[in-house]
Amino acid sequence: MSGVFSPTRAKIKERTLRTDKWWLEPAITFAVLFSFIIYATFRAFEGANYFTEPLISPFYSPCLSQACVAGSTIFGWTPVSAEIFNFALSPALIILIFPLGFRMTCYYYRKAYYRAFWLSPPACAVAEPHTKYTGETRAPLILQNAHRWFFYAGLVFNVFLTYDAVISFKNSEGQWGHASVGSLVLLVSSTLLWFYSLSCHTCRHTVGGRLKHFSAHPIRYKLWTLVSVLNHKHQQFAWYSLAGVAFADIYVRQVATGAWTNFYFF
Amino acid sequence: MARKLNLRIWRGDATDGGLKDVQVDVNEGEVVLDVIHRVQATQMGDLAVRWNCKAGKCGSCSMEINGKPRLACMTQVASFGEDETITVTPLRAFPVIKDLVTDVSFNYKKAMEIPAYEPPKELQPGEARMQQVDVERSQEFRKCIECFLCQNTCHVIRDHEENKKSFAGPRFFIRIAELDMHPLDMLKNRKRTAQEEHGLGMCNITKCCTEVCPEHIKITDNAIIPMKERVVDIKYDPARMFAGLLKREKRN
Repeated sequence: MSGVFSPTRAKIKERTLRTDKWWLEPAITFAVLFSFIIYATFRAFEGANYFTEPLISPFYSPCLSQACVAGSTIFGWTPVSAEIFNFALSPALIILIFPLGFRMTCYYYRKAYYRAFWLSPPACAVAEPHTKYTGETRAPLILQNAHRWFFYAGLVFNVFLTYDAVISFKNSEGQWGHASVGSLVLLVSSTLLWFYSLSCHTCRHTVGGRLKHFSAHPIRYKLWTLVSVLNHKHQQFAWYSLAGVAFADIYVRQVATGAWTNFYFF
Repeated sequence: MARKLNLRIWRGDATDGGLKDVQVDVNEGEVVLDVIHRVQATQMGDLAVRWNCKAGKCGSCSMEINGKPRLACMTQVASFGEDETITVTPLRAFPVIKDLVTDVSFNYKKAMEIPAYEPPKELQPGEARMQQVDVERSQEFRKCIECFLCQNTCHVIRDHEENKKSFAGPRFFIRIAELDMHPLDMLKNRKRTAQEEHGLGMCNITKCCTEVCPEHIKITDNAIIPMKERVVDIKYDPARMFAGLLKREKRN
């Protein structure tokens, strides 16, 4: 017997005496994240319906594979083979590790999935079911320390997705000066991704958090205070940006399949 | 106007114990500690409860109220429904002594293991000067009243007694962070020992310490995560190590 049932502790048989709906938050988190995982997996393997001039799904951008459909690549740059070991590789699978790794190692998402998926703990002051716990000291969880590498990669991806949003202000003939619902969807999605990245704890550390001496570095201190303001909302940006990316992909897919028409404002 | 409150209080010691139901008068504006005192005065004269300031500043009356780690003196009875039974137990992460009193000496042992502030050798007493922006950062951590609610709710030790040997807990991570962020602290290896001796890597950022802190210290966001990032600087970031950036910043 360990934990709250250890011999020296108060003899209480319940795992928790909380009377509020402590299970609701992890249950909602589980439902939403699990739904996203299922959808994202389906889309990553689908390998189709990710591009319709001038819109490209964020799941497939940058499109680096020789399997990418015409017009979806960046200046025709396709350095990755369409097949690996005779296995047809969806263009999404090539780049998936970067956004996935960024979110998997994110300090907010760690809280969310440790609670909702691994029940470690399911909620505060609710005894977890595991008999042993080593935290993030051993493989594979020690890899959480790679968060900053994914953060840097995420910034590069944000540039690509912002580029996608900019070129979406063309019409389907490639002429500039047009705006559609799709343009707004990609613009909002990429903007939310910037807020998510810039509010990241690693970003806060990088711009100034690692300093011992704020007064000796006034510009980095100012940057740190600005990122700290965003950092307070990191959880919200994590969810909003996830929803933004998912909706952008759904929108592009629906337009690409012909189910929806991309309405042009002008 | 007084009304009756249904209260369940854990009574017992390390050998045995259980929840006892009592009914007690409660007046408007009273906190849980008030009704516990009334029970002690009128029905259970030998009820053990630790308390001191009744103002949320001494950290003595930490207990679990309806399963949540809280200060009894800062928990309004009116925050619960009128028909709701309030259940009061001792902290469940520490050995119980009697009734609502637990042995929190684990925390004092851990406090002694944290190396103290080490000023520059050439600095004489009274000569230290700090800019306000440098003071403010660690000022937040100095608000800690040592109620140990964060220690109590941290699942690393609450749910795993065996981890107490190797894990200092959130209260002491804010102490380490405070010192590591101090411009005049000269102690080397504070980051490394935080990870290798005080168990920083055991924390999985589930933020329960922040949720229960009565002083609203952002323990996870402002202390634990920044310390984890500092550990990454020295242990898991080859680019920083090879570029020698680390050395340069040590001089800051």
